[in-house]
Amino acid sequence: MSGHSTYEPKYAAERWIDKRLPIIRFGVDFMHFPSPRNLNYWYAFGAILSLCLIAQIITGVILAMHYTPHVDLAFDSIQRIKRDVPFGWLLQPMHAVGASMFFFAVYVHMFRGLFYGSYKAPRELLWIIGCLIYLAMMATAFLGYTLPWGQMSFWGATVITGFFGAIPIVGESLQYWLLGGYSVGAPTLNRFFSLHYLLPFVIFALVFLHVWAVHHVGQNNPIGVEPKSEEDTLSFHPYYTMKDAFAIAVFLLIFALFVFYLPDALGHSDNYIKANPMVTPEHIVPEWYFLPFYAILRAVPSKLLGIILMFGAIVVLFILPWLDTARVKSMRFRPVTKWFFIIFVIACFVLGWCGAHAPSDIAIPIGENGMTFKTVSRIATLYYFGFFLLILPIMGWIEKTKPVPESITKAVLAGEA
Amino acid sequence: MSDEVIHDGEDEPTRRDFIYIATAATAAVGAGALAWPLINQMSAAADTLAASSVEIDLSKVERGQQIKVLWRGKPIFVRNRTDKEIEMADQVDISELRDPQKDEERFVPMPNGKINRHMLVMIGVCTHFGCIPIGEQGKAHPTSHYGGWYCPCHGSEYDTSGRIRLGPAPRNLDIPPYKYISDSIIKVG
Repeated sequence: MSGHSTYEPKYAAERWIDKRLPIIRFGVDFMHFPSPRNLNYWYAFGAILSLCLIAQIITGVILAMHYTPHVDLAFDSIQRIKRDVPFGWLLQPMHAVGASMFFFAVYVHMFRGLFYGSYKAPRELLWIIGCLIYLAMMATAFLGYTLPWGQMSFWGATVITGFFGAIPIVGESLQYWLLGGYSVGAPTLNRFFSLHYLLPFVIFALVFLHVWAVHHVGQNNPIGVEPKSEEDTLSFHPYYTMKDAFAIAVFLLIFALFVFYLPDALGHSDNYIKANPMVTPEHIVPEWYFLPFYAILRAVPSKLLGIILMFGAIVVLFILPWLDTARVKSMRFRPVTKWFFIIFVIACFVLGWCGAHAPSDIAIPIGENGMTFKTVSRIATLYYFGFFLLILPIMGWIEKTKPVPESITKAVLAGEA
Repeated sequence: MSDEVIHDGEDEPTRRDFIYIATAATAAVGAGALAWPLINQMSAAADTLAASSVEIDLSKVERGQQIKVLWRGKPIFVRNRTDKEIEMADQVDISELRDPQKDEERFVPMPNGKINRHMLVMIGVCTHFGCIPIGEQGKAHPTSHYGGWYCPCHGSEYDTSGRIRLGPAPRNLDIPPYKYISDSIIKVG
């Protein structure tokens, strides 16, 4: 895909630079990358995610100028940023809401990849690098959520570092090593701040590899047929830069709605109480973007098994390219699996719903005693793993797929792309 | 002469092989020696490890009452159990427990060799993921079925002896290392 260069320096200065460091050539070729002509708005989330990462890094570096990573001062320093620091009222919610928007965008991006089979050959590594980015994002978000040092910060950190304590034999030593003491405290906060600052740059490096990979293998597209001729593609600029720009504008409207009108809607009120190691909040919940995994963790009565399942829910994404045995990429041509996919999306939302409630509460008032959230989350967990480990491998063999168009252009002209 | 040298080089290690291996081995030891301080710096610091014992005066805890004392950043529960709570702990069939332990085994003897089964001393940290179970002032949490403690995080329930009965926690609430200094004062840690 990234073969010949179309760049021709117009001015003497450009030619002078091009001979010494072809950086303009690189930029121009990058922007004129041939992209499938049938990309829809679901494909705009790559650009949206790049914007999110840059926004988080800029606002984060600024917040670090005013934040104090000390157990006695951290909570108050966040309040000071919001009240006293010029434009702190704007920058702090931009960073906090930005984390939620980042996860919203990454989930859409991932579901899109799942639906159109973007993990299939030759894009396995592209997908795996994406999974690594998602893992690094989760780690960064967890570390960042600890920094305001509210009750949810403290107890979230206690529960999540407790995962490591469940590992047989070395678990407890590992946990104490991570915490720098017997419990979450001053050393923990300091190192979490340090690592929270580091990880976004790791993500940046991974994004570089992700973009490199997509430029090498080319984007997938809604019909999952590779471009075969020049007429199947369009130059990334101006066609998709414009499309992405419009999508970004809509995305920023939603972002602004939360920043200006609902800055706390996605957080938890308990985090406005300063961390207290003597009292656990009545009801601990993680941020919304971790709720499905939290529900999987609580779905089983065993501590170790719960953790294994929770991590397994992410590990299964890494091996997905080899679990899905179908030759057809896009779900558009998989009439039965498409419905399994839709149920999968619903199961993810159901898990999120379960994660937000106490396991013993009644979720659905049917039968004599009603159905508890624990039972519902068990069913959804079973489906989550069943989808990857049974449905995708089996459907790939037995499903009779619809005929796939010959080329992108033919599909576009027939109004099917 | 030169043929001989080439022949030797194929069969046995040359001085160059030796230098390669020696260099690599030294570099590996050096890298390890450098990596260890970089890793080990994250362990608990000396000041954290020091100052980790606390004395508790049991006479200040009334019957049916519970106090919490901070030790190593974690709360110690000291509960002066009522006769009814002890009776409830005794009625349990040990073989049914996930972490089988008799109530008597959860105490440290006093200076006279007897155990005071009213004064239950435990680390008030759920053995699941480290939340603090609820059940203060002699009152069990309303949703607890076993009259003891209830963990709000993932719903583990402990009985009046602090033994795990329901939910995901793997062990009974831990008993800290402690000893009686007198009949009414204990030293934890």
